[in-house]
Amino acid sequence: MEFFRIRRDIPFMKHALVLNAVSFITFILAVFFLVTRGLNLSVEFTGGTVVEVAYEQPADLESVRKVVESLGYTEVPVQNFGSSRDVLLRLPVQQGKTSGEQSEQLFAALKAQNPTVTLSRTEFVGPQVGQELFEHGLKALGLVILGIVVYLAVRFEWKYAVSAIIANLHDVVIILGFFAFFQWEFSLAVLAAVLAVLGYSVNESVVIFDRIRESFRRYRKKTTVEIIDNAITSTISRTIITHGSTQIMVLSMLLFGGPTLHYFAMALTIGICFGIYSSVFVAAAMAMWLGIKREDLIKSGAKAGDPDDPNAGAVV
Amino acid sequence: MNRYPLWKYAIIVIALLVGAIYSLPNLFGEAPAVQVSPARATVRVDAGTMARVEEVLKSQGLAAAQVQLDATSIKARFDDTDTQIKARDALDKAFNANPAEPSHVVALNLLPRTPAWLTAFGASPMYLGLDLRGGVHFMLQVDMAAALQRRADVLATDLRTALREKGIRHGGISRNGQVIELRLRDQASRNAAVDLLRAQFPDLLVTETPEGTDTRLSLALRPEAARAVQDQSLKQNITTLHNRINELGVAEPVIQQQGADRIVVQLPGVQDTAKAKDILGRTATLELRLVDESTEGLAAERGTGPVPFGAESYPERGGRTVIVKREVLLTGENLTDAQAGFDDTHQPAVHLTLDAKGSRIFRDITRENIGKRMAIILFEKGKGEVVTAPVIRSEIGGGRVQISGAMSSVEANDTALLLRAGSLAAPMEIIEERTIGPSLGAENIQKGFHSVLWGFLVIVAFMCVYYMMFGVFSSIALAFNLVLLVSVLSMLQATLTLPGIAAMALALGMAIDSNVLINERVREELRRGASPQMAINAGYEHAWGTILDSNITSLIAGIALLIFGSGPVRGFAVVHCLGIVTSMFSSVFFSRALVNLWYGRRKKLKTVSIGTVWRADAPSTKAD
Repeated sequence: MEFFRIRRDIPFMKHALVLNAVSFITFILAVFFLVTRGLNLSVEFTGGTVVEVAYEQPADLESVRKVVESLGYTEVPVQNFGSSRDVLLRLPVQQGKTSGEQSEQLFAALKAQNPTVTLSRTEFVGPQVGQELFEHGLKALGLVILGIVVYLAVRFEWKYAVSAIIANLHDVVIILGFFAFFQWEFSLAVLAAVLAVLGYSVNESVVIFDRIRESFRRYRKKTTVEIIDNAITSTISRTIITHGSTQIMVLSMLLFGGPTLHYFAMALTIGICFGIYSSVFVAAAMAMWLGIKREDLIKSGAKAGDPDDPNAGAVV
Repeated sequence: MNRYPLWKYAIIVIALLVGAIYSLPNLFGEAPAVQVSPARATVRVDAGTMARVEEVLKSQGLAAAQVQLDATSIKARFDDTDTQIKARDALDKAFNANPAEPSHVVALNLLPRTPAWLTAFGASPMYLGLDLRGGVHFMLQVDMAAALQRRADVLATDLRTALREKGIRHGGISRNGQVIELRLRDQASRNAAVDLLRAQFPDLLVTETPEGTDTRLSLALRPEAARAVQDQSLKQNITTLHNRINELGVAEPVIQQQGADRIVVQLPGVQDTAKAKDILGRTATLELRLVDESTEGLAAERGTGPVPFGAESYPERGGRTVIVKREVLLTGENLTDAQAGFDDTHQPAVHLTLDAKGSRIFRDITRENIGKRMAIILFEKGKGEVVTAPVIRSEIGGGRVQISGAMSSVEANDTALLLRAGSLAAPMEIIEERTIGPSLGAENIQKGFHSVLWGFLVIVAFMCVYYMMFGVFSSIALAFNLVLLVSVLSMLQATLTLPGIAAMALALGMAIDSNVLINERVREELRRGASPQMAINAGYEHAWGTILDSNITSLIAGIALLIFGSGPVRGFAVVHCLGIVTSMFSSVFFSRALVNLWYGRRKKLKTVSIGTVWRADAPSTKAD
């Protein structure tokens, strides 16, 4: 079986400008939603209490909401979690009351209203922890970016490093944009997924850059644009298959992993889809705009006496 | 060219064997068990206790599958929960004859059903995190400022005593935050004080400020001494928490330090958060009272009269009864330390240190009650027990108390431990709390397992159809990767959480990348007209650089998560990083071995089974 039967190199770079405009617009939209709507941060970041309760019958959210309001909480999100029998409540941090008191009081009130309710889980995070997690998250992101840039700069050249990281940060911003637009809950697990995606989709850029380097050596007469087109065309098959197989795993998590893994898998799904797009169109195009040249890479590859080096010239 | 030397196959066989042995225990699941552990610091479990457990079970006709003794407890495994519960009741009755004062914790537990031959290799299953087995998780923040202030209080008391002993006159000692301030009127006493400080208080850093004719010495704890105090406070708090949690009867509580000033407490299987929190947060369980030595009191102590009005009866550890007055003179809050040691006559003794307020009160009590008895009562579970009731010989000032006489050094140690256990070195606050119901935990395991299983099966099916024989090799390598990952996690005794399972699924999804890369590369070489053997060799060779690059970038992200992540993210990061490492081994080294084994020996190999190799210039040809 062979999905990809491509006879000639596809002129991807001819459309680079249009594609870059598309990603630029998506990027701006993502930033716009991030700014206007903001992320729906989970209690892990904001501090507060989460209470998950299970009913024997499908829960009546309206009456649960009334109970919650009778305790003096306004604007507490009451939602189904996973199934219609499970209800998730998020309580903000309350001055002068410990989290335990909050959740116990709430549970007692819910029990009074419907005795079949059982407590599935509670989670409390103090405000100082939330702040710390937020800082750690940013630090982790910074470290990933720095690590990848340094590695690629050493392995290839700074132009490749910069284009790869820009392309993949563009993915990260778009994932965040999705979370802001749909107001999906942004938890620690989602943050982990975002960072994992960042590391993973840089792979794709690396594969294409590897091929560009190889093509520079192999075809000495081709122009940079032709080389890039050739590199993308010859790797597109494996790009789609590898991402497809990773996506199978992630989809399996999305379908079978239940509500706890839902947004984690969702972030990965979006990340992987945009990862293909950005590596092919954004990273390569960025590298083209930055003006990668044959000379940038060959000098490091041309060791004296390397018989495989096509640039070594004729030996007399 | 596609042959591996024997040693490479040897490495693979060894890795396979080790992987299989260490991942196997995870398949056996868990069996119901009963765990007997000491409820109090003074009780020990040993081979004798184990014999008693076996005897009790035998006398009740309950068959245990296995009884084992480890460092702190005895665990008996049973075949079904029915026997387990019966055994729990029987053991509880036998070991805690007086249910009001249990000496042992008899708790239900789950034990891995690992067969003995696997345990002999040291193989045991992964430990399931709270989100998979249900339970309570707390993170407590220790107030280190308070611990340092306490230490400063103790030092100020000591300093006052030392100055008095040396006859150095001073203009007052006060504590300002964590700094002790000492005023001295003249040069001579200033010199004497500085000498004394240098000789007897090496932990204090002296800063001198002249104030008119006076000299003010600001004494601060040296940073290393402060660190030692913090370290000790944390350790003492952990010990205290251990003692308190024993009351809950939790089979395997996890109490560990996190960072410089935090303690994580995990109680698997506990659902009653309110009670757990109540017990964790309790303070001052130690009380100091006078013994009622009136005629009525003495009569009551001998058991010949009723307990007089205004007094209470508490059992002493030796079994006798002590009648004490109701009035509480001091509580554990004023006790800063208790250590076992020896007195002047080399008899075992317990040395107590009181804080400033405590020492003042203590001096007054001892002055007024020479010749009388004083009782130190430890309250556990709301029930009091007299730890010791010594006679007051003289007035004791300075906050240093020594209890000695008629005790062995083991007893002195136990008493010191009990006294310390009664108090927290520094106040704590719960800053994170999580409760997971047991059914939710079981559901999480199932969901995690299903997502790995289905994803795995679909990938295997696709690989086998798309890459034929090479797909089969890749699938076997992927399965091997899973075995390897599970075995490494089991060997490390890592805690498996739901994010960890997610990372496992993701690791498999990313591991197949390398194989796709290799297979595509081999196809490409074939397309260019290379001979099959050449194509295999070149395909693996060329793909390796790319695989390394892409795995390293993933590893960078994983390591960043490992450094900065905590809680669930850490669990994810550990599995993610390990998964990347094992995938490089399995999908490159191991899959190559399979290919070499299958194709490497055939000299005149014409075709390889890697699916369709389509050439642009020729009509489609099937390679196999």
